Amino acid sequence: MSFDKELDTRGMNCPLPILKTKKALADMTAGQVLKVVSTDAGSVKDMQAFANQTGNTLVSSSEEKGEYIFMMKKK
Amino acid sequence: MKKMGIIATKGTLDMAYPPLILASTAAALGWDVQVFCTFYGLELLRKDMDGIRVSPLANPAMPMPIPMPVFVQALPGMEAMASMMMKQKIKSKGVASLQELRDMCIEADVKFVACQMTVDLFEFDKTDFIGGVDYVGAASFMEFAGEADVCLFI
Repeated sequence: MSFDKELDTRGMNCPLPILKTKKALADMTAGQVLKVVSTDAGSVKDMQAFANQTGNTLVSSSEEKGEYIFMMKKK
Repeated sequence: MKKMGIIATKGTLDMAYPPLILASTAAALGWDVQVFCTFYGLELLRKDMDGIRVSPLANPAMPMPIPMPVFVQALPGMEAMASMMMKQKIKSKGVASLQELRDMCIEADVKFVACQMTVDLFEFDKTDFIGGVDYVGAASFMEFAGEADVCLFI
């Protein structure tokens, strides 16, 4: 899947991946997709909760070799 | 917009985290957040947060590298050592520092208010605290808390 911006939060722990995601989205325009890579297992539920509460769309959420990859579409 | 009011009352390394984590996260979710710092919670407002410590003596659940009897924990220097070790752990696990979290709170418009009574009680110097803080009493906090969706005492 294509994306417009990538955010590397590897090694960061709660709540940094969420805070950095929020910041990264602020510089983007509506409809653009942010790819977030995280190693925080808690971020799987948290990214969904972030999307639910902010109106951004979590297009996909997947795991690959201990890394979590999220595609977040800006509202 | 949802609102959250937090009463921060503790000034130790472990207890300074929950208010700052919840405040910064709620702000990132678009919530309007106010943190009322009272008693030792005023430590959250110090310009220099490096002095915030954790005491192994008061925290029997604190994981220790080796089992440590209480009388050893009470020895001079143990608190400083435990604090240093916890800060190293925090860094190595990718957990934000208190300073970093507070900066993010401020950037996201979390409002910090300070208890004027505590400042008077302990004769604190306001110049040791960050700017942009209102010094208020309980009634001011209640005005915000009365409209809040979530209110926490930490």
